Amino acid sequence: MDILALPRLIWEFLVYLFAVMPDLLPIILSLATPLALGALCGVLGERSGVVNIGIEGIMLMAAFFGYLTGFALHEPLGTGAALALGIVVAVATGAVLGLLYAWLTVTVRADQIIAGTMMNIAAFGVTGYLNRLIITPSGRGGAGVIPPFHLPDQLATLPFVGPILAMFLDQGPIAMSVIVLVLIAQFALFRTRWGLRTRAVGEHPKAADTVGINVFRQRYLNVIIGCGIAGLAGAYLTLESTGSFQNGMTNGRGFIALAAVIFGRWTPLGSFLGALLFGTATAFGIIVNVRPAEGDLGTLMKTIPTFWYAALPYLITVVILAGVVGRSTPPAADGIPYAKEGKG
Amino acid sequence: MRRRLGRLGPTWAKASIPVYSIVLAFAVAAVVVIISSAFTATGFDPLLPLAAYLRLFAGAFGSGNGIANTLVAAAPLMFGGLAVGIGLKAGLFNIGVAGQFLVGAFTAAVIGAALATAPTIVGMPLAMLAGGLAGAVYGFIPGYLKARTGAHEVVTTIMLNNAAALLLTWAVNDLVRAPGFSFPRTADIGQSALPILAGRNLHLGIVFAIAAVLVIRWILVRTTLGFEIRTVGANPNAARYAGMRPIFITALTMTISGLLAGLAGAIQMLGVIGFYAPGITASVGFDSIAVALLGRSDPIGILFAALLFGAFRAGAPLMQIETSVPIEVIDIIQALVILFLAADLIVRKVFRVRAPKVEITEMATVTGSWGAGTPPPGTVS
Repeated sequence: MDILALPRLIWEFLVYLFAVMPDLLPIILSLATPLALGALCGVLGERSGVVNIGIEGIMLMAAFFGYLTGFALHEPLGTGAALALGIVVAVATGAVLGLLYAWLTVTVRADQIIAGTMMNIAAFGVTGYLNRLIITPSGRGGAGVIPPFHLPDQLATLPFVGPILAMFLDQGPIAMSVIVLVLIAQFALFRTRWGLRTRAVGEHPKAADTVGINVFRQRYLNVIIGCGIAGLAGAYLTLESTGSFQNGMTNGRGFIALAAVIFGRWTPLGSFLGALLFGTATAFGIIVNVRPAEGDLGTLMKTIPTFWYAALPYLITVVILAGVVGRSTPPAADGIPYAKEGKG
Repeated sequence: MRRRLGRLGPTWAKASIPVYSIVLAFAVAAVVVIISSAFTATGFDPLLPLAAYLRLFAGAFGSGNGIANTLVAAAPLMFGGLAVGIGLKAGLFNIGVAGQFLVGAFTAAVIGAALATAPTIVGMPLAMLAGGLAGAVYGFIPGYLKARTGAHEVVTTIMLNNAAALLLTWAVNDLVRAPGFSFPRTADIGQSALPILAGRNLHLGIVFAIAAVLVIRWILVRTTLGFEIRTVGANPNAARYAGMRPIFITALTMTISGLLAGLAGAIQMLGVIGFYAPGITASVGFDSIAVALLGRSDPIGILFAALLFGAFRAGAPLMQIETSVPIEVIDIIQALVILFLAADLIVRKVFRVRAPKVEITEMATVTGSWGAGTPPPGTVS
C-alpha cells in the first residue's frame, strides 16, 4: 500500500474543490436563501421566547399563495407585476399565519410544539387541496421566475474575485436581499431598543414585564415579522427558484432552518453561516454529479452513490445538532408561554 | 344531568374535548369546501360539504368492503399512534414515524422477499420482526442523541425522515433491485404476506395492532418501566431525584417508539403494499401524530382515534371521485382537530364545556427541552 495514497487523495480533493469553486459558489447562496430566511424567522421568534416548528408549513403556504397570485394575474397584469404582487402576497401570507401562530402561542398559550405541528399539517393539507382544485385542472403554468441579476462578464471572469462576486451578486432579488436582512436583523437585535426588549422578553419575561415592557406585544411583533420573512422564503421557492409549485416542496427546509438557528447560537449572523454551510453541502451534492472529479479521487467519489450526496445536508444537520447543541444556550424563556401573575 | 350520567361522567370528561374538536373541525372544513367550490368549474355549491361527508362515511362504513378498508387503514395508524403516544408519555415528540415507517417497511420487504417461498408461519413473523427491529434502530439514533447531547428529537427525526427516503431509494436502486421490472422495486414477498382474515383485503395486521394497544397499555399502566416513562415525561428532574435514569428511559422510549413505527411499516408492507418502491407514501407519519394527540397519548384513545382517521383514509377516495372534493381535505380536518385540541379554549367557548382542563404535562417537557438543558416550565419564574 502506498503510504502517500491518503495525503495524495486529500490533495487531489483540495485541487478538485478549487477547480469547481466557480460552479459551486454561485449556487450556494441560492440554496441557502430559504434556509437563511427561515432561520431568521426562528431567531426572531425564539429570541422573544416563542419556539416555532411551523416555519416549514408557513414557508409552504406562502410559496403556494405567492405562486397562486402569479398564476392568476400574469395574464391580465403582465409577468412583472404579477410576480411582484406574488411576493407581496407571500409575505402577507406569512405575516397572517404569524398572527395566528402568535395568537395561539401567546394569547391562548397553546403548546408551541403542537401549534407548530398543526401549522405544518394544515399547510400540507390546504396547499395540496387548493393545488388539486385550482392549479392542476387548469393545465396552465405560473408566472415564471423573477429574472436574476447578471454580473457583467468582465467582472465574473476575474480570477478569484469573480466567483465570489458571482456568489453574492449573480442572484435574484430575494437571494440578494438575504444578506441585507441578516445584517439589519443582527444590528437591530443587539443595537436597538427593539432588540433589547426582544432579548429581555425571551430571557426573563417577568422582569421585562416589571419594567414596563409589554411581553405579549413584543412576542406578537416578533413572531409576525419573523413569519413574514419566512413568507419571503416561500416566495423564493416558487417565484425566484423553480417557477412552479409541487406538494410538500419545502421538503424539510423549515426544519433545517431550525437547526441553523441552534448552530448559529440564536444570532442572525450565526444562523446565516449555518444556512450557508447546509447550502454548501447541498451544492456539493449537485456539483459532484455535474462536474465529477478525475483520477483516483474520481474513482473513489463515484463509489459513493448520488443519493448519499443528496442525503448529506440532512445527515450533517443531525451531526451538527448533536455536536453543537450541548454547548449553546437557548434564550432562557424559549418555548415557555408567559402568564401574568394571578392569571393562571 | 351530570348525576344521571353516572359512571359515564369521568370518561366523558376526558373524551368531551376531543369529540367536540372533531365536530368543530368538520364544521370549519365545510366552510373551506364551500368557499373553495366557488373557484372550480362546477361553481359555488353550499351543499357540497354535505355530499362530500356523506360519500366519505359511505366509503368508510357503507359496505363490508368499506369497513374492511377502514380496519386495514386503521391498523398501521394504531401502531404509529402508539409510537407517537408512548414518546409523548416520556416527554418526547417523535415526528420521525414517517422515516421509521419507511425503514421498517423496506426491511420487511427485503426479508419477506428473501423468505418468499418459506411457509407463512416462518417468513411472516421474521419479516415483521425485522421491520420492527429496523424501526427500533432508526428510533434509537435520535433517542440516544437526545439523551446524550440534547439534540432535540423534533429536528433530528425530521432530518432522518428525509435521509431515510433518499438512502432507501438508493438501496432499492443499487442493492436489492428485483430483476424483470421496469422500475426499481424489491422482489415479491410471496408467502411472507400477512394472511387475509376476511373479504378481499382484511389482513391479520389489525389483530396485531389491537394486541399492541393492549400490550402498550399494560406496560404504561402496570409495569415499573411504564411508571418510569410517565415520571420522566411529567418531570425529568423529579425522576432523576427519585433515582430513575432519564437518559436511559429517553433512549429506550425512542427505541420502543421506533419499534412500533417500524411495525406499522412492516404490516403495511406485508399486508397491503407487497413490495418496496421509491416514493411509497408514508402519510402514516403525519396521521400518527394526529392520532396520538387526538387519543391524548392514551392507548385506548389511540385505538379509537386510529379507527376514525382510518375511516377518513378509507372513505376519501370515494369522496374525491364522486364529489371532486380533493382528498387533502382530510389533512385539513386533521390539522383543525389538532388546532382545537391545542387551543381548547375555543372548544370550551363554542360548546360551553365546563369539564376541568386536562393539562398534558408531558407536552410541556417536550417544548421545555428545546435547545439543551432548558429547565422544564414551572422552574422559570
